[in-house]
Amino acid sequence: MKPELMKRMVKGPDGQEFEVEPLRDYYCEAAPTVMPAAYIKIVEDFFNWARSESIWILGFGTGCGAIEMRPLMTPRFDAYRYGVQWRPTPRQSNLFIISGYLSVKTLKRAIRSYEQMQSPKYVIGLGSCTINGGMYWDSYNTIKRLDDYLPVDLYIAGCMPRPEALLAGFMDMKKIIRAGNAEGANKYAENFDWYKANQKQVIHDWDMPDYNW
Amino acid sequence: MRELHQRLKSLFPLGELTEQRPDLGFVTVPAEYLRPLLLQLSDREGFTHLVLLTAVDWIEDGQFQLTYLLSNRGAARDLGVRVMIPRPANGLATMDGIHDIWPTAATYQRELREMFGIDFPGSPRVDEEFILEGWIDKPPYRRDFDTKKFSEENFNHRPGRETRDPEQYMKQQLYPDGK
Amino acid sequence: MSYTPDRSLYPATRPDGTLDIDLTSGKYLKLWQGPQHPGITGNMSVELTVCGDEVVEGKTHVGYLHRGFEKLMERRTFIQVFPIVCRVCVPEPDFNEYCYAAAVEELAGIEAPERARWIRTLILEMGRINSYMMYLGGQSGAFGLGVIGQWTTYVRDLMLDRFEELTGARIYHMFILPGGVRDGLPEGFEGRMEETLREIERTLKDVEEVMFRNAVFKKRAIGLGYIDPALMDTYGVTGPNARAGGVAKDVRKDQPYLVYPELDFEPVMGTDSDCYARADVRRRDVQVSVDLIRQILAKMPHDGPVMAKLPNVLHWKIPRGETYIRGECSRGEYGYYLVTDGSGYPRRINVRGPSYTHAMALLERLIVNVNISDVAGLMVSLHTYPPEIER
Repeated sequence: MKPELMKRMVKGPDGQEFEVEPLRDYYCEAAPTVMPAAYIKIVEDFFNWARSESIWILGFGTGCGAIEMRPLMTPRFDAYRYGVQWRPTPRQSNLFIISGYLSVKTLKRAIRSYEQMQSPKYVIGLGSCTINGGMYWDSYNTIKRLDDYLPVDLYIAGCMPRPEALLAGFMDMKKIIRAGNAEGANKYAENFDWYKANQKQVIHDWDMPDYNW
Repeated sequence: MRELHQRLKSLFPLGELTEQRPDLGFVTVPAEYLRPLLLQLSDREGFTHLVLLTAVDWIEDGQFQLTYLLSNRGAARDLGVRVMIPRPANGLATMDGIHDIWPTAATYQRELREMFGIDFPGSPRVDEEFILEGWIDKPPYRRDFDTKKFSEENFNHRPGRETRDPEQYMKQQLYPDGK
Repeated sequence: MSYTPDRSLYPATRPDGTLDIDLTSGKYLKLWQGPQHPGITGNMSVELTVCGDEVVEGKTHVGYLHRGFEKLMERRTFIQVFPIVCRVCVPEPDFNEYCYAAAVEELAGIEAPERARWIRTLILEMGRINSYMMYLGGQSGAFGLGVIGQWTTYVRDLMLDRFEELTGARIYHMFILPGGVRDGLPEGFEGRMEETLREIERTLKDVEEVMFRNAVFKKRAIGLGYIDPALMDTYGVTGPNARAGGVAKDVRKDQPYLVYPELDFEPVMGTDSDCYARADVRRRDVQVSVDLIRQILAKMPHDGPVMAKLPNVLHWKIPRGETYIRGECSRGEYGYYLVTDGSGYPRRINVRGPSYTHAMALLERLIVNVNISDVAGLMVSLHTYPPEIER
């Protein structure tokens, strides 16, 4: 563990010494909870309609698939006309596109980014390498099944998928959300221990709290 | 290339010159003469650009080959300097750094430290993690590290992937009746 | 009005050259830029130590895209390596294919046919335009001019259409394989290429007007990230980054490969060695590539084989040897170092990406005393692609 994350004594500006334990002090320890549906079905349907029409993507290019994001943002393919747009921070976004293979080092950052997103949130796995390792099936540094570590709602296959495939994927994602089947965040909360066990199995230097708000 | 080799040979105990192309040669030098040779090449012979520094694992001979590839842009030629250092089966091999001649070498040395387990004492940030994070096995670019075995043991695989031997598969496809 | 910085705010330097930064003093702050950050070139991160809004120290962290290519290549046969080499560098994959193919051909004693060499040059130049178009959009975007990115990505898409026509794929073309290329040019390709080139030239004019004469861009880019020309060799700076400082490093001229000796062009040079000069060199270099493509299409032979005869790829053994092949990609010198040991598998392949030196040692030097808001612009101006640093 890094020295700045260890428990230590710190001297404050007023000369008083106090103990700091960064992993406990700076983060909230509460685990995620399942978000119940609205009290009446028609309201929940209305919510789902609204969610499906405003898919905001986290702008985190985790792998090679990020190169096809730029054409999607520009006039040729223009995903904005479907209510899809890119946001710079996890707090503002509700769709996380894992754009390709995840190395173990990036998986750690992807988990943090995912957990910081507001519920309800969705994950799309882009490319063959998120499905079964793809080209990198025998690599020592990439994960092979994304759905063991994050709750995936939709996979888009290909190496790499064309922008049209992504647009079709967004359309399918909308259908899933509108039907009320995009329960990834709740699945994550329900099976929290299972996901954590899987994540800790590959991330050998786990130096963050169990849940990053 | 030949006259350069002759000139250098009068100063250093160089091995034979391997002329790969008219503008690319490789030469072997004992580890203790590497530094004066590199200084001679960069200061007197115009080889000012360090193209790359990398290692090859000759596990059968128990040696690491370090390749310092230098380029002389004015004369449009490259010289690869090979150094053989002993390769301990476990633990680190050691070599002197050249980061004071080329600052970029520090990056290559960090990579070699992590990927091959070759230590360069005194090189900046050489002991920090460079590419891997939380690595638990032996340095991955060593020949005796089996990436497929590691991947099978460490990661969950999705069932259903078929792997075929290319030769057998081609035979089946081309000659299905077994002729 | 002159400006004298208050030196007492800066950290002292220890005798060994490192900075004496006391984080508990309250004067400094650690700030991570990336990997999840809009102002970063791909998936990498820079650990900044800031004092006020000025950077006093920056450390590059890479490895987020490491797939262990050099290890994977060692356990694949020579022909099995071919489909994975292009994935080393995403925005300009063709140089991987060319350098690998040329290295294997040299060690195996195979000569690629004349027509294949022309088509290879054509593909490399097309890829160069794509990469520069990506860069122009990114550079202007880092300084807040979003519209340039919209235009350049559009013409890049047109070029990707030509790629699709020629190779069948948008991003990973897998066209240049050891021994030659997969196919010749399709019917009517020259005409459609000419249309695309005209569109590119038109966009370049717009880009010059809107980006390079823009007061905001000038004000922020001029003087940012100055590289001393004397340091070019010490820091291993190559390509447009070096040419913008007046050092004429261009592998296409210095050690001509493929058909470049038969083509007529001059490497673009700059003088100021700052962010603006680097952007300007790249913009004018697009024009050079456009001219080169026209020359190639006019001069290239239209019949003849595109593929040399290969031995049976299932039992392909290459005798012991080592070689280094380089090419001038859009960011500098791209090279493959290939070692064979007489077996059917490569002994070692080392990829020398230009970003390796630019993004690590050079960036860490240039980033000192830069305003936080200019860090993104500085990083983009070195034109680094993280996947080729860590492979």
